[in-house]
Amino acid sequence: MIDVKNLEKAFGGHRVLSGINEHIEKGEKVAVIGPSGSGKSTFLRCLNLLEQPTGGTITFEGVDITDPKTDINKLRTRMGMVFQQFNLFPHLSVLENIRLAPVKLKLMTKEQAGEKALELLKRVGLPDKADAYPKQLSGGQQQRIAIARALAMNPDVMLFDEPTSALDPEMVGEVLEIMRELADDGMTMVVVTHEMGFARSVATRVLFMDEGNIAEQGEPEAFFGNPQHPRLKEFLSKVL
Amino acid sequence: MEWLLDQLKQTFIEGSRWRYFAQGIGITLEVTVLALLLGVAIGVLVAVVRSAHDSQRGNRKGLGHVLLGILDWVCKLYLTVIRGTPMVVQLLIMWFVVFKWARDDMMLWVASLSFGINSGAYVAEIVRSGIMSIDLGQSEAGRSLGLTYVQTMGYIVIPQAIKNILPALGNELITLLKETSVCGFIGLTDLTKGAMIVQSRTYSAFVPYISLAVIYLVMVLALTGLLNLLERRLRASDRR
Repeated sequence: MIDVKNLEKAFGGHRVLSGINEHIEKGEKVAVIGPSGSGKSTFLRCLNLLEQPTGGTITFEGVDITDPKTDINKLRTRMGMVFQQFNLFPHLSVLENIRLAPVKLKLMTKEQAGEKALELLKRVGLPDKADAYPKQLSGGQQQRIAIARALAMNPDVMLFDEPTSALDPEMVGEVLEIMRELADDGMTMVVVTHEMGFARSVATRVLFMDEGNIAEQGEPEAFFGNPQHPRLKEFLSKVL
Repeated sequence: MEWLLDQLKQTFIEGSRWRYFAQGIGITLEVTVLALLLGVAIGVLVAVVRSAHDSQRGNRKGLGHVLLGILDWVCKLYLTVIRGTPMVVQLLIMWFVVFKWARDDMMLWVASLSFGINSGAYVAEIVRSGIMSIDLGQSEAGRSLGLTYVQTMGYIVIPQAIKNILPALGNELITLLKETSVCGFIGLTDLTKGAMIVQSRTYSAFVPYISLAVIYLVMVLALTGLLNLLERRLRASDRR
C-alpha cells in the first residue's frame, strides 16, 4: 500500500533521514519507536508530504506521490493524520471541525457529513459534544475528536504522530482505546509513539529508528523479547 | 458670545452653507468605505501570495512555483512603491496622469481607487502578520485533510487571523478616514474641501475649521465604538 524507497530528508545541511526503505501492507499496524531526534516524526510526515523529501520516492496505492505532477491534495484525502498537538480548529464547533473537509471538498453534502460526524462522535465516545468548542474540552477529548475528524474522510490509512505525548497521563488510556478499536476494525495504521505497551499489544510490526535509519524491525513478540541491535537494547532498557 | 453666534450663523446658516459640510461628510464616507473594501481585498490577496511564497520550502520546481515567484516580486514592488511615496502624490498622479482623460463626475471613483490601492499596501502587511500569528499546525491539519492551500487559508487560517489583527485593522481604517482629507488636491469636495470653500466665502477661519476638526473627531469616535463592538463579539467565542 505504501512503498518507500531510498527516502532522504535534509533540513539545510542537516540530514534527518538517510535512505529509508520500507513497505507497508494494507491492514498492517506499524508502530515506529526510537529516541527523539531519530527522524520518526519526519518519516511519518514525509508519507503525506507535510515534509517534502529531498530524495527517494514514496508510492501510495500505486501512485508516486513524490512526483511533482501528482495531485497531493487528492491523495491526502485518503490518508488521515492525527497530530501530537491535536490541531483542532478553535473557531469551529466540534461538528464543524469534523464535517469541514468532506463538505468543502464536495465529497458529501452538509447533511451527509453531519450524520457521519455524529456517528463518528458516537464511535469515539463523545456523542454529546457536537456543539462544543475545542477549548471547552480536555486534551483526551480533543484528540478523540481529531481522530474522528480524520476518519470522516474515510481514509485508507491513518498516520498518528505521537498522539498521546501531549496528554495528561490519565487521558492517555481513552485515546489508546479508540486507536485499539480502530486497529481491530482493520484500519491500516502507522503510529509514531512512546507507548511501548501499545506498540507491543496492537502493532503487527514495530520499527526502531536511529539516526535517520530503520535500525531494526520485527513482530512485537521478537522485537521486544529478543532485540538484536545494541542501540535498540540500550533504548529499550531505558524506556521499559 | 455674540460674536461666536454670529460666526456660527455665517458658517452654517447663511446661504445654506451647512450643505458644504453635509455633502462633504457624504463624500468623505463614500471614499473611505469604497477604499476600505478595495484595500482589504488587495491586502488579503497580497498577504496570501506573500505567505504562500514564504512558506514554500524544499526543492519543488515547476511552472506554479515560477509563477508564484513572479507574483511575489510584483507584490513586493507594489508594497515598496506605495509605502515609499506620499498619498497625496499618488492621488495627483492617479487623477492628472493615469486618468487624465476622465470626466469630473468620475473623480469620486478615481479617488476611491487611489485610496484603496494605498490602503491595500498597509492592510497587506497587517494581514500577513495575522497569518503568521496562527500556529503552523492549523494549516498542516487543513492540508492533511486534503484541502488546498487557498481553502486552508480561507476556511481555517484567515478567519482566526482576522480576530488577531482587528485592532491594527481598525487603526488603518481611522488613518484612512482622516487621510481622505487630501481629496481637495484634485478638486473633490470632500469634508475638508467643503470647509475651505466656506472659509473663502466668509473670510473667517475659526468656526469652519474648528467645526471640521470636531466632525472628524466624532466620526472617528463612532468608528472606534463600532470596532470595539465588533471585537467584543468576535472575542466572545474565546470564552465559550
